[in-house]
Amino acid sequence: MRHSSALWVVLGWVGFALLPWFSSAATQLSVNPPGAGLAGSALIDGLANGRWWLLPLLAPLVAGVGAVALPRHHSLHPWLLLVGGAAGLLWTVVQGFAIGLNGWNWPGLAALFGPLPQGQGAFGLGAALTMTAFLFQTTGGFAGLGCMKGDRFTAGAIGLVLLSIALFVFLPVGFVLSSAGDSGAGGFSPLALWTRLTAPDIWRLNCLYENRSCGVVWNSVFLATMTGLLTTLLGLAFALVAVRTGFRAKGLLRMLTVLPIITPPFVISLAVILLFGRTGTVTLALADWFGIPPSRWIYGLPGVLLTQTLAFTPIAFLVMIGVVQGIGPSLEEAAQTLRASLWVTFRTVTWPMMRPGVANAFLIGFIESLADFGNPLILGGNYDVLSTKIYFAVVGAQNDPGRAAALGIILLGLCLGAFWLQRRWLGTKSYATVSGKGDNGVPPALPTGVRVAAFATALPWAVFTFILYGMVLFGGFTENWGRNNSLTLRHYRNAFDLTWGEHGLIWAGRAWDSLFTTIQVAGLSAPLTAAVGLMTAYLLVRQRFAGQSAFEFFTMLSFAIPGTVIGVSYILAFNQPPVELTGTMAILILCIVFRNMPVSIRAGVAAMSQIDRSLDESSLTLGAGNLQTIRRVILPLLRPAIVASLVYSFVRAITSISAVIFLVSPEHELATAYIVGRVEQGDFGLAIAYSSALIVLMGAVIALIQLVVGERRIGRRTTDRLALQEKPV
Amino acid sequence: MSGVVTGWTGRFGAGLVALVALAASPASAQERLTVLCGVQEEWCKAIAVAFEKKSGIPVAMSRKSAGEALAQLRAEAANPKTDVWWGGPGDPHLQAAEEGLTQPQDSQYAKDLQPWALSQHRQSKGRSVGIYAGALGFVYNVEMLAKRKIEPPKCWADLLRPEFKDEVQIANPNASGTAYTALATLVQIFGEDGAFEYLKKLNDNVNQYTKSGSAPASAVSRGETLVGVIFTHDGINQKVNGFPVDVSTPCEGTGYEIGSVSIIKGTRKLDAAKAFYEFALSPEGQATGAQAKQFQVPSNKKAPTPPEAPNFEDIRFIDYNFQKYGTAEERKRLLSRWDSEIKSAGK
Repeated sequence: MRHSSALWVVLGWVGFALLPWFSSAATQLSVNPPGAGLAGSALIDGLANGRWWLLPLLAPLVAGVGAVALPRHHSLHPWLLLVGGAAGLLWTVVQGFAIGLNGWNWPGLAALFGPLPQGQGAFGLGAALTMTAFLFQTTGGFAGLGCMKGDRFTAGAIGLVLLSIALFVFLPVGFVLSSAGDSGAGGFSPLALWTRLTAPDIWRLNCLYENRSCGVVWNSVFLATMTGLLTTLLGLAFALVAVRTGFRAKGLLRMLTVLPIITPPFVISLAVILLFGRTGTVTLALADWFGIPPSRWIYGLPGVLLTQTLAFTPIAFLVMIGVVQGIGPSLEEAAQTLRASLWVTFRTVTWPMMRPGVANAFLIGFIESLADFGNPLILGGNYDVLSTKIYFAVVGAQNDPGRAAALGIILLGLCLGAFWLQRRWLGTKSYATVSGKGDNGVPPALPTGVRVAAFATALPWAVFTFILYGMVLFGGFTENWGRNNSLTLRHYRNAFDLTWGEHGLIWAGRAWDSLFTTIQVAGLSAPLTAAVGLMTAYLLVRQRFAGQSAFEFFTMLSFAIPGTVIGVSYILAFNQPPVELTGTMAILILCIVFRNMPVSIRAGVAAMSQIDRSLDESSLTLGAGNLQTIRRVILPLLRPAIVASLVYSFVRAITSISAVIFLVSPEHELATAYIVGRVEQGDFGLAIAYSSALIVLMGAVIALIQLVVGERRIGRRTTDRLALQEKPV
Repeated sequence: MSGVVTGWTGRFGAGLVALVALAASPASAQERLTVLCGVQEEWCKAIAVAFEKKSGIPVAMSRKSAGEALAQLRAEAANPKTDVWWGGPGDPHLQAAEEGLTQPQDSQYAKDLQPWALSQHRQSKGRSVGIYAGALGFVYNVEMLAKRKIEPPKCWADLLRPEFKDEVQIANPNASGTAYTALATLVQIFGEDGAFEYLKKLNDNVNQYTKSGSAPASAVSRGETLVGVIFTHDGINQKVNGFPVDVSTPCEGTGYEIGSVSIIKGTRKLDAAKAFYEFALSPEGQATGAQAKQFQVPSNKKAPTPPEAPNFEDIRFIDYNFQKYGTAEERKRLLSRWDSEIKSAGK
């Protein structure tokens, strides 16, 4: 215990006295610029350049040394750590926000203390290290006082997650939402907030009694509910077919359901238009064969619902499959031993056990649909939803950030409502079925009705997806898809050309730059998302602390707000000291990590609620710490959740567009931003070729992740029937 | 146990620190001139390459729609990271000038510029200048019109013809600058009440108010709709890409956009930004548009006009009052009237 406290105290000093405190690349100061390397440390800069406000940090640092010097069980030891760390953290943050590039940020302080001769830059390496050290000193102090049963790891983890969520979710979102009450004159006015929140075009219900469109909230809620229901249903059907039936081409089935998720958003919409649009292939065929007149039914609710269901079913499937796999068959076997029919077993045992999965899948589908931007943008027609309204409130001709913020608040409210309903439906029952007892049951066959229903839903959808993708891949090889279908490799050569120049290989294709950046960003953000998300899930399911429900809700915050708002909020929050990240790759990675974290959390929560606490307890009883328990017991059982979050965040990093469109800088252009540009230009060939290449790439990465992380091995008896189908065909 | 704990939390801390290091790393980014580009990507690339060749100053270009660019500049206002905003309709450039996001600049090429380019300079109090112009007009699907034996639209009034029922697309002026230009143009031609009278009738023929200004052009090229109201160069673009479309400009007169360039206030690379500004106005810089297959009309009289570009002699332009219709109040008033009278009347 002393050992790790001492380490953090030392690191705190290193950050303060040895490393450059300010980031040199982000900001250039005209007055008294800090020196490079050692000379730029807070200690030397504070003394030499008159940035006196850095020097009070010496007090908490000395307190840390005092704590370590005391005997381990001295009652002052944890107090010194706690108070010192907390004070250090607080002072660093307060001075960072109070003093900007040109002196005081808040006029009140300038009036109080007089003007400052110089400002300061953004936090750099030294500041980051010292703040981290302060954070772990504080949590160490808490643990020393007996919080979290004295477990330093848990306390540290909670502290770390809280601080990062505060910094990368609350701070930017707060920036945007505070403008909802902007009176126009720079102040906050409750009346302005109320007017914006109750605007009639948000809430009106005209569509019920006359031929006019309803308020945008009702449109969004209806669409999201339908999408949530459909995706959950399809996801469940796929999961049942994949896990509980002898269906042979399971691999293909999994591949097909994963396809839509690895597709850049505009491509599905484009493919749907080219199939079902007024001059689409299917539409024209129907007109020829059955005389159905071509129409534009695809633009509006039906089209958006179709593409959203295509896009989000795989996420529901990823959540459901972990849950269906995890159901202990011995319970079902017990039911059958008691002479329950297949149907009664399914209804009273299997179904209730799947409820956390169903609820989580619905919640994700609902919220994804609310936040989805690309599909309503292309196919929405005159059907307005919140996410596009918010986007155009920010970038539209009638620029009104206050209105965007108000709509954002409503969106958050909807998210909160869905979350609350989900919690109520699940109640406080236990869903633990993965216990240490070695479940040797054989899962019973599905009742005929359920089996037929699952196949009847999953198979046609799979075939539909297959056709859609066949068309997309084919489209990349045609001159001008839909008009001139002669085959060509032109688009691929255009995007991925390689030539051999004088100085070696030249990446001549137009897509290489953005592709390399995209892979780098996705590769860095995926493991981070999984780590942060699963750690949060662990805290939510396995630990009890005050304010847990509020904490859980806040982790969902960044997910419920449309990407565009997140993007703008990141610029507002991270464009100036103390945290300056715009134009870097880090801002892209952080935005993607904290935006996708909720899915990782949901997958982790669903999987973890199935693992019996007795497993943790027996591990703890045998003398293992929390950390060892996580590593040896929980993590191996969480493999499906780990795969889900790694895959999801990797893929979302590649396919997301709305959040990053404000954050990409010329240096760091992302693939989707590039593809959207091609689509706007009408250059569908290159867009489709590039998208196809991305799809293949993501497919390969998913296979790799599956291979590396591996399957969860739960003690289940295999039968001949099951063993047979494991054999390769 | 403590050793393990240190390892775990330590690794997290190390990750955090590494991330900050990553943030601080791209020092090279500081050397490049950062330009927000409001035209099609080909042109962004072409002018960046040409400028680099000429001046030796490396350029980092980022393509943004006008609304996105303006939102980004506003968010960055306290600590600008962008040096130049090049291209995109003049209207948002005027807004940026009105809000003090850009700074005044005069050019040595002023004497060679078209009067409309200089008028943009005057109205923005020197903070922005025209680099190209595009006319508002119609795009229509030639094949489908021939099949249905419908005459192509030549006038605003033609769009009200019954054979265009449910066949017209125009962007939502609340979302798109193109459609706002159309709204303001109609107000200037027919008077405000006349314009709204016209739009109410047009509403019957409109099948969709799109969100992006150029979306009707691609819808027309795929045959999803017969006619679209767009800036004609967007339509010509589809034509050059091999789609069966053609464009026309209305006989009652039409409005136009003045694609502009502005230098961002507070740029850290003022000299390089000025060099780019001059290059954008030079005949050489403006010729990059035609090289990149973009068919706007250049503002420098000495720059070659691409043969595909609409011949401005043949177009009947209105005397578009950018001063009046560019202000925030007038814009807000017209847009709310459009919202309450047109948009909420169905669709």
